[in-house]
Amino acid sequence: MIISGKALKYGDNIDTDVIIPACYLTSTDPAELAQHCLEGLDPTFSEKASSAILVAGKNFGCGSSREHAPLAIKASGAKAVIAASFARIFYRNAINIGLPILESEEAAEKIKEGDQLEIDLDRGEIKDLTSGDTFKVNPFPPFLQEIIERGGLMNLVKERVKSS
Amino acid sequence: MGMTITEKIIAAHAQKEKVAPGELVQVKVDLALANDITAPLGIKELEKQGIDRIFDPDRVVLVADHNTPCKDIASAQNVKLMRDFARKYGISHFFEGGKVGIEHVLLPEQGLIVPGDLVIGADSHTCTYGALGAFSTGMGSTDIAASWVLGETWLRVPESILFLYEGKRKPFVTGKDLILFTIGKIGVDGARYCAMEFRGSVISELSLDERFTMANMAVEAGAKNGIMEADGKVLSYISERTSRPCVVYQSDSDAQWREVIEIDVSPLEPQVAFPHLPSNTHSVYSIPKIEIDQVVIGSCTNGRMEDLRMAAQVLKGREVNPGVRLLIFPGTPAVLKQAEKEGLLRIFLEAGGIIAPPSCGPCLGGHLGVLAEGEKCVSTTNRNFLGRMGHIKSEVYLANPYVAASSAIAGYIAAPDQI
Repeated sequence: MIISGKALKYGDNIDTDVIIPACYLTSTDPAELAQHCLEGLDPTFSEKASSAILVAGKNFGCGSSREHAPLAIKASGAKAVIAASFARIFYRNAINIGLPILESEEAAEKIKEGDQLEIDLDRGEIKDLTSGDTFKVNPFPPFLQEIIERGGLMNLVKERVKSS
Repeated sequence: MGMTITEKIIAAHAQKEKVAPGELVQVKVDLALANDITAPLGIKELEKQGIDRIFDPDRVVLVADHNTPCKDIASAQNVKLMRDFARKYGISHFFEGGKVGIEHVLLPEQGLIVPGDLVIGADSHTCTYGALGAFSTGMGSTDIAASWVLGETWLRVPESILFLYEGKRKPFVTGKDLILFTIGKIGVDGARYCAMEFRGSVISELSLDERFTMANMAVEAGAKNGIMEADGKVLSYISERTSRPCVVYQSDSDAQWREVIEIDVSPLEPQVAFPHLPSNTHSVYSIPKIEIDQVVIGSCTNGRMEDLRMAAQVLKGREVNPGVRLLIFPGTPAVLKQAEKEGLLRIFLEAGGIIAPPSCGPCLGGHLGVLAEGEKCVSTTNRNFLGRMGHIKSEVYLANPYVAASSAIAGYIAAPDQI
């Protein structure tokens, strides 16, 4: 699968409180959450998120376990998140709900705000069409790849329930 | 090569002789919890998928502690959803109303966790139970809902980092200061994906309440879990609460550590973590005069009896500065009752403090003490991220209960010997 979009750059330690503040967590509606995604850090995020690819530094998604954070990013229209590293709960949550995430220190460092990006998820490759750089991403372990291919963890759970 | 406590618990729950860091394993789950923010997503996902089977209702824990007493209609609907779900599946460990406490204070107190358990929770501070020698870690709603159905989950076996604390603590230096100092030293991703094992003579001397505080904040260094050996203090705490058998593990002498970090606590002073990261730590004696608007004492980090006793020791016979709101959140109804019995509530009220119900409340800027633009708060909670407690331009300074109480009296951030 190929994803393309424009890079929106953010720094290190983007926490889930700033991705979606707790005052909005009474809602489980992704579209409603998306309206407030990253609003404290970047008030114009929701306007430019559609077809964007987030590029951030280390420890993206640290803090609270709220799954509302990857849900809000996904519903904002953003296609994927590239980061130098991810906090572990966010990493699991993103895979479980089907938000593409890619870990690459080099890509996070070299990609510039506004660069046009193309991601080949199957090959684990990020192309920066603006600079001409290509970055390889470590593939997911086979077990996680299976969750991603089935479209999230719950589809796997459903299959196991049916087969038992 | 030997194994760490964390590896031993994971191996036992994966029904394997041995596991090694980096390995992906399926593990049986002893308990899986969620709260009124995270449970609704999981419950709705199960309903959407038409899944109506729960592996074992007694291994599910639902705690309505975040936006309760319900702050608005939406939060009331969320608690109702949890209540209906609990009734439908016969989930007995559903806590609301007068039974509710802050989940990570409540579960150990109820005897729901024993050494050797493997616990997951849709709350990042689930790592608190490591203080009892259990493996516990936070996940999201979907992972927890999946474990309710399957009775198991997948884990990547973490590398372990050993933290050794030796020396003699100065006055007013608590478990909170040890963990804040540690996070300041290694950074908010210094233990990312790792197990933090806390050991040393200082840890042995700590009360259980202070150990809970330390394990609670392991996630603030990015860790998967924080863990300590279950010693006599833990076993007597457990035996007062449950007869469920426990397994006490110790790390082998030839266990593999990613790093061993030795910390001499003797020179350590009470810590204050400045906005907007828990790693932004300073000695309280080295900071300029910072005037404050609010003080919060409580939370899953510091809402236990010892924490309230520390606060009361400072507040006794004194009055809160007129420019400051002091909010005290006892962690559970039992903590509240004990505080009443010991006369602490009177001390708080006479000092001009506000006693709030057991709730997560202001910690996450939910309700019961949200900050306005430009306001500053000293808090015994665990996070001081941008906008965490309210307005994006508000500020949270993390500290122990002694410093929080002293700051409420002074009107600026101060230690007890500075007021």
